[in-house]
Amino acid sequence: MNQALTVNDLTVRYGNGCSYCRDISNPLDKNRCPHCKSVWAVRNISFELYPSEILGIVGESGSGKTTLLRSLYFDIPATSGAAYLSGYSDGLVDIMGVSSQQKRIIRNSLLGMVYQNPTQGLLMDYSSSGNVAQKLIAAGSRNVGSMQDRANELLEHMQIPLGRVKEPPKQFSGGMQQRVQISKAIANNPPVLLLDEVTTGLDLSVQAKVLDLIRSVQKKLNIAIIIVSHDLAVIRMLSDRTIVMLDGGIVEHGLTDQIMEDPQHWFTQTLVHSLI
Amino acid sequence: MDESYNFAFLDEGSKREIRRAIIKAISLPGYQVPFGSRELPIGRGWGTGGLQVTLSIIGPEDTLKVIDQGSDDSVNAISIKKFISLTTGVGITEDSEEATLIQSRHRIPEIPLTDSQVLVLQVPTPEPLRGVERSLGAARQLHADKEYSSAWLMLYEQIMRYGRITLGADYPVLVDGRYVMAPSPIPRYDTLKLHNAECLYLFGAGREKMIYAVPPYTSVEPLDFEDYEFDIEDMGDRTCRLCGATGVYFDEMFDPQTGERHYQCSDTGFCSKNAQRGHTHEPGINSK
Repeated sequence: MNQALTVNDLTVRYGNGCSYCRDISNPLDKNRCPHCKSVWAVRNISFELYPSEILGIVGESGSGKTTLLRSLYFDIPATSGAAYLSGYSDGLVDIMGVSSQQKRIIRNSLLGMVYQNPTQGLLMDYSSSGNVAQKLIAAGSRNVGSMQDRANELLEHMQIPLGRVKEPPKQFSGGMQQRVQISKAIANNPPVLLLDEVTTGLDLSVQAKVLDLIRSVQKKLNIAIIIVSHDLAVIRMLSDRTIVMLDGGIVEHGLTDQIMEDPQHWFTQTLVHSLI
Repeated sequence: MDESYNFAFLDEGSKREIRRAIIKAISLPGYQVPFGSRELPIGRGWGTGGLQVTLSIIGPEDTLKVIDQGSDDSVNAISIKKFISLTTGVGITEDSEEATLIQSRHRIPEIPLTDSQVLVLQVPTPEPLRGVERSLGAARQLHADKEYSSAWLMLYEQIMRYGRITLGADYPVLVDGRYVMAPSPIPRYDTLKLHNAECLYLFGAGREKMIYAVPPYTSVEPLDFEDYEFDIEDMGDRTCRLCGATGVYFDEMFDPQTGERHYQCSDTGFCSKNAQRGHTHEPGINSK
């Protein structure tokens, strides 16, 4: 298997669904079933992520981008579908179907996640070093000295002053908190990194700094990244390929330049034109 | 014994239900088993969990010892002793070797216990992850997944802040290689006594409605790091002012009039027996 991650027909549904909305060919009212009112936050999404690639997922608010990412990180249980991670059992086992204990192992060793809201990804009362160490401890490290060294190395790379690594993230600015989150996410050199709206809420100069750091991390570690954003500028700057989501489904996907220069779907055209 | 009460106060159905929880707890060392905590004529937080466990397993032939932070004579210990004695008529002792059933708060007796003895510990907070996970439901899922990184993180954080692990009591332990357990607020000094002990340890939390156990000869390992290993309090060259014992767990007494500090054995039963024997030192499990 060449892909770092393969996702097949992933679905996240709130509600029981009915015979109408379970038939993929039937249209929904936005992402809501007109009959049973079930919400299809993510509906039969399939894609592949290749090693060392940055895949952008773009779409309007409520299109299911974050839900997709969080279901891949097992924060939200997927209703159906499969995902295969090359680092887990050579990509032969559906990671959505493994036990919760195995899912934790995958989360701790093979995936990294940076949330839009740092309070979801960080322990705000623990030191920044402790936050990074948590990921290392979860992966089995039991040596304080080596964990401190690793945390310092990562935080320094993320431009957190070494003199502040013992401070809790609650004392940091939003941009610094995001950088601590990135340090934590890559602590175990995961093959796949998931980034959810990492620059939202940050001012332009801090956004640029965070994006530069993401790019440098990707080059240094050679990891595959999925970045979710509603900001096309971020996607254009970072991603090699782009998926456009609308109402829980994929409406267009392709090379980022192709999507930006020659959008085919009316929604993508609206997005691109509104950017320009 | 007051005949107007059922033997050991609780009705037989309640005792049977608690015994079932105890059997399950013994079968799954370190696992917290929920139980229907009963009302007792003492308030929650005053040892009702330990008391219910004691009342459920005590028999007429048992000899009971009750200690509170090592002391046989504290108000709480005496009240519990009186209550159990009134409703069961069992013999009461202060001698740890003589007792078949010992109920304790915050201490394990100095003398190593044997396979014919049961130690019941009163537990205020049975959930070892409580300090790092606010949701008890989430904590139970963490136990199910054997995901204890947050417990280690708590220790790591102390090393980051203070340069060492500062937990003085209730030190988290891994039982039988499976469950992380709060050993009740016993001092670190007592923690190693849980490992491969001959006796049965039962833990009862009345307010939190949980029972758990460490069966005899079960591995109990304190959580630690390769470069920051678990260690117990250093008693140095302190000696008990009453019996002269060394290498035991001491209470520190401060005399405000003279400004002097004295030390005496925390385990009063051990201390008085030691003084009677005229010994100056009785080696316990932690005494070298």
